[in-house]
This record gives sequence, structure tokens and C-alpha cells, in this order.
Amino acid sequence: MAPDSSAAVPAPRPAAARAESSAMKRFARRRSTIAFLMTLPLILVIGGLVAWPAGYAIYLSMLNRRQTAFIGLENFDILLENETFQSVIWQSCFFAITAVLLKALVGFWLAHMLHHVPARGQKMWRGMLLVPWVIPPALSTLGWWWMFDPSYSSINYLINAIGFPSVPWLGEPWWARISVIIVNVWYGAPFFMIMYLAALKSVPDQLYEAAAIDGATGWQGLRHITLPMMQNIISITVLFSLIVTFANYDIVRVLTNGGPRDLTQVFASYAFQVGVLSGNIPRGAAVSLFMFPLLAIIAFFVLRGVNKRTKEMA
Amino acid sequence: MTRNGTTRRNVLRSGAGVVAAGTLAAPMVHAQGTAGALRFAFWDHWVPGGNDALKELAAKWGEQKRVNVSLDFINTTGNQLQLTAAAQAQSRSGHDGISLTPWDVGAYSQQLEPVDDVIGRLVGKYGPINPVAEFLCKHGGKWRGVPATSGTQNKPACVRFDLMLEHAGIDVRAMWPANNTRGPGADNWTWETFTVAAEKCFKAGVPFGLPMGQFSDAVDWVGALFAGYGAQITDATGKPTIRGNAKLKTAIELGVRLSRFLPSDVWAWDDASNNRALIGGKSALVFNPPSAWAVAKRDAPQVAEKCWTIPMPAGPEGRYLAYLPFTTGVWAFGRNKTAAKEFLEFITQRESAEAITNKSGGYDIPPFASMTDFKVWETTSPPVGTIYNYPLKPHHQAKTSIAFDPAPPELASQMYIQALNTKVIARVAQGGETVDQAMGWLEREITNMRRG
Repeated sequence: MAPDSSAAVPAPRPAAARAESSAMKRFARRRSTIAFLMTLPLILVIGGLVAWPAGYAIYLSMLNRRQTAFIGLENFDILLENETFQSVIWQSCFFAITAVLLKALVGFWLAHMLHHVPARGQKMWRGMLLVPWVIPPALSTLGWWWMFDPSYSSINYLINAIGFPSVPWLGEPWWARISVIIVNVWYGAPFFMIMYLAALKSVPDQLYEAAAIDGATGWQGLRHITLPMMQNIISITVLFSLIVTFANYDIVRVLTNGGPRDLTQVFASYAFQVGVLSGNIPRGAAVSLFMFPLLAIIAFFVLRGVNKRTKEMA
Repeated sequence: MTRNGTTRRNVLRSGAGVVAAGTLAAPMVHAQGTAGALRFAFWDHWVPGGNDALKELAAKWGEQKRVNVSLDFINTTGNQLQLTAAAQAQSRSGHDGISLTPWDVGAYSQQLEPVDDVIGRLVGKYGPINPVAEFLCKHGGKWRGVPATSGTQNKPACVRFDLMLEHAGIDVRAMWPANNTRGPGADNWTWETFTVAAEKCFKAGVPFGLPMGQFSDAVDWVGALFAGYGAQITDATGKPTIRGNAKLKTAIELGVRLSRFLPSDVWAWDDASNNRALIGGKSALVFNPPSAWAVAKRDAPQVAEKCWTIPMPAGPEGRYLAYLPFTTGVWAFGRNKTAAKEFLEFITQRESAEAITNKSGGYDIPPFASMTDFKVWETTSPPVGTIYNYPLKPHHQAKTSIAFDPAPPELASQMYIQALNTKVIARVAQGGETVDQAMGWLEREITNMRRG
């Protein structure tokens, strides 16, 4: 080794710099830092695609029509005094609650039926039953619209063929509401079915065997084993579906355009009509935000219940 | 102070770019030695080939002026055109000029370049411009857009003359012949006569196909009915004029009476339902531009050859024709405003307007009364003269109208989109309310809309 090889050895760094470097290394190696860095992309996506638009919508809802002055909560006050909007609240709640309940019931029934189909045939049925959920709703609703068409309804053609009078599917308010719910249930029930089917498959068979030895009937098995074991998945699917159904837009837009007389209008379709089509973006934003606090409260309690049950089961 | 990074405006600008990119791209017209580029978004015409005239005119003008002109044609299905305008106005970027639906001119008036110089020269050459177009385009004493030919339509009555004669005893071809004269019965072509004819045709199983829902065909014909009775819902400041308004009450009562003789499902009809009723041979009359007849010509020629377009009926306060104009505006934030205005002036001239109307088979209506003599309306067939009375002509003794005139645009657009005029009739005819209750609802609704 060359006599001057010691020159290649780096000079010792000052103690302060060494301490800083090791602190940085420790910080970088901390679990919380790594976790933060790994979740940063998701945080950015949520921030950009959820938080920012939501914050901007809240800001917009507090402006006047021309977006030139801050008017606080006046848009909400104006909406609450509006008869059409009052009926929109009622209709949205009726639509969402009825549709979610029906979807849950139909989905549960389908899942139960499917659970008892032999494994070989089950795949085919599962695939077929998922079709409504896979087709884009705007497209499938167009198909339904043709079936409900005021003048040339194919459903009415069949009804007439067996001797019954035509049903004014989209022209009469209650029939129009029922039509919207039918399409929503048709579209959304497969989601419930697949979730419930997964939950049913996770219930241990031994529980049913033990219950059968104890003389439990099928109904008792359903009530005391199946439903309690599925409680969490039922809560989460209902919550998820409630949020999505409250925000539904395309079915109403394609099928009825909110008519007749705004009696099938829901929050999203009315927000579009008021905000974009009528050029009152702040009030449209207020309409779209209206259910946010209520849904947030419902979500809080449902998720708290799920957490509590999960801890109890653990 | 300047700021770096992503700003709200930049994000919106990008969004508008995406919307623009998603539209149907039309040809880019290149010119050597370019004097800049120009991008316009026009309404995508229903009539096949209806955009061709604009493409050809853009190519010709681009060559002459050495400007690269690119046109995008955006349809109104799913309100794409309105959404594009909203996105561009919000982000202050996009095309240099854009087709605007009737009330959007007022909504974006502060962001549209005044075009008084263009209008001044055009009016100097072709005479007065349509008053409804003026009402929609002029804000704060300035023209904020040039009334367009492409897409602008009237909605007179397209009548099955055979059914009308057979069941209602009215010979519409004799009443409104294909020349500039009024035939026998033209003076008596009123809403009362119309309602009696509607009842007879209803009883004969070929009811008039008049939509009563929330789409523009419904709002427009009811708007013309109200105008014929002098039934204004607000004054020019937007203040409701409903309480004690006997004319409005009479118009609503007639609308309710008339609705009893329409198909039971008209409350759910959209803008295509009336077309289908005519083309399917189920209806003796619709209020529509010649598009329904044009489809019938292709799909049901036996129906098309028995159609005859005539003016709308008159009310006690005169005869009004439903008119739905498009306007082309130049964005104030556009990059080539001078060229944009020049291009608009070029496509509004008589020769250009005639080319546009010809390509659309007579569908498009130019904004000048002096341009209602194009040959296409005389010669189109079958039968020859079927759309002679489609443009408003002096012997019709009529005026064009748009629903909710004279309300200020901000309010009128809300009333129009929310179809308050058809809803007030529906509340009585379908909802079982009294006319006074429905009028009370109408007043509360408008008062609420005016707030904020």
C-alpha cells in the first residue's frame, strides 16, 4: 500500500453532522415514516380526487349565483324553503331506502339459492346473475327505457297480450318511481348477492351441523347462525349501497329525466338540473352536498358497530 | 406575486382540454403562410350532412384569410355542448368560439366578446335581426354573440293533412298554401279551433302529439300558447306577474283542456316521442321542425307525403311561433378574437346562410327576416311546398317567441330548464290541483329562484 494511502481515507466528520445523519437515518427507518411514504400516493389520490373537489363544492355552495359574493348558508336556506326541493328530499329518501332494502332482500335470497347450487353449476349461475352489475347502468337503463317507453313499451305489449290494460310506466308519478326503483334493484342486487355469497361461504358448516343435532329448524338456523355471522357484511354492504344509491344519477336521468313534474327527481339529477343546466352552480353544489352530513353520521355509527363486533369476535 | 405549482385554474383548464379532446373532431383546415389558428365548437347537427356546409365554409374562409380553422362538432345529447361551455367558461380556456344554447349567452355574457361591430355590418346589409335573438344575445346594451343559422329552428305545426281533413274537417293546405297568401280559415286558425280539432282527432284515434314533459319541445309550444294569450309569468325585471293574472289563468285553463285530448303518456314524452308519434302514423299533428318529416321521408314515405307544415295557432294577443335559436359566441379569453369575429361574419352572410340551410334540408333558420325566401323551402318535397311555411313569413302575421320572455336570462334559463310552464298545467291536469293552487305554486317557485 502506498505510503500516502491514508490520504484516501475520508476525514472524520464533525460530531454534529454525524448525529444529524444518523437521526435522519433513524427517521427514515421508522415504521411510521415508511408507512407514511407508502401511503403517500393514496393520500395524494384521495386529496386530489376526493378532498379537493369536496372542499371546492363546499366553497361553491356558499357563493351567490354569479359566484361573486360569499352568502354563507343561504343557498341551503333557499333550498329548504323550495317545495320542489322538499319533494326531492322525500323522493331521494324513499328511493334510496326502498331500493337498498329490496336489493338486500333480493341479493340475500339469490345468494342463499346460489349457495345451495352444486359447485359445478354455481359458477355459471354466478356469472349470469352478475351480468346486470357489469353492464354500464346508463346503457342498461336505456334498454329499460325502451321496455317502459311511453308509447311503445314492450312490457305493455306483453301485458296487453294477456288481456290487461297498459301501465303508464313513466307517465304517472307512482309508476315512474316504481320503474326507477325496479331498474336500480335490477342493477344493484348482484352486488349484494356476491357479497352475501362470500359471507355465507365463510360460515362454518359445523355450526349448522351442531344446530341440526339440537333440532333447530332451517328458519332458526338462518336467524340464529346465518344472520349473526353475516351482520358485519350486511352492515357494510347496506351502508355502501345507501351512499351509492343516494348519489344515483344515470338511472333517473335516462329513464324519467326527473319527470313527471319532478316527482322522480333525486339529489344528483336535481343538482345537475339546477347547477349545470340552469346555470346556478352554487345552488347545484348545495343540492349535491345536502345529504353529506346525514350520510356521514350514518356511516360513523355503522362503522363503529362493525368495529365493535369485530373486536368482540376477536 | 406569482405562484408556482398546480392552481385551481390550471386544473380546470386541463379538464376543459379533456372535454374538448373528447368531442368529435372535424377537419383542421390548413393554410400556407398562416395568419394564426382558430378553433370553433359548433352544435353537431341532427340532420346527416348538416355539418358539411360549415366545414366547407371554414375551409374556404381559412384559405382566403390564411388561417388554420379547426371545427369541433359537439352534440346536445346528454348536454355535452352545454357542459363544454360551462367547463370552458369556468376554466377560461378552450375554443375561440362556441355554439351556445338560447339562455347560455346571458349566463356567460361577461365572458363573451362584444360583437356589435359584426352585427352592425350584418344588419346594415340584411335588415333587422330576429327580436327573440336580440333579446337573448344583447346584454348590457352589447351584443354578446352572433345569432346562428346552423341549429336554429322554428317549431310550427307539422300536420297530417289527410287525417286533419278527414277527422277535423280542416284543409290545412288550402288554409296555408305554398305561396305568400292566406287561404280560407287562416284567420280562424286559433287555439280554440285547434283544441276542437284536437278533440276530434283524439276521438278518431289519431291524437295530436304534443309533449307535456320537461324537454324543450314541450316548453316551446306551451311558451307560444302562453304568448298567444299574453300570459307573461314575470316582467322584464323577473318579478312574478302571476297573482290576479287573468290572461295566464285563461292560458292554463286552455292547456288543461287541451291536455285531455292528448295521449295519456305525454307527461313523460321527450323530444323524440312526438317525432315517433308522427312517423308511426299515430298522430295527426306535432309541433316540430322538419326533422320529423325528414325521418318519415326516409322511414315512412307514405306518412311524409301527407305532411304539411303550417304556422302555430293564434291566441287573443296574436300568433306566436316557437323559436329556438343557437348563438355563436366568441370567448373574451380566446386567443384570436379578431379572426373569430371575421369568421362569424362570413358564415352569417346570405350566401353562407343559404348554403347551411340547404345542407340541412331546410331545417336551419337564419336570423334575418330577409332570408326567409330561400328556394329550399319552396322546392322540398314530397309533397312540393310541404315546408314552405316553415320559416316565419309576413303573411303569417306572426311573431317568433321563446318561453318565459321577457324574464331576465338568469331567471328565464332556470324556468325554461325546469319547465315551469308545462308543470303548472300538469299540476292541474294530472295532479288534481285547482288553477289557483297551481298558480300559487308557480309564484312561490319563481320567488324562490330569484333569491341568492
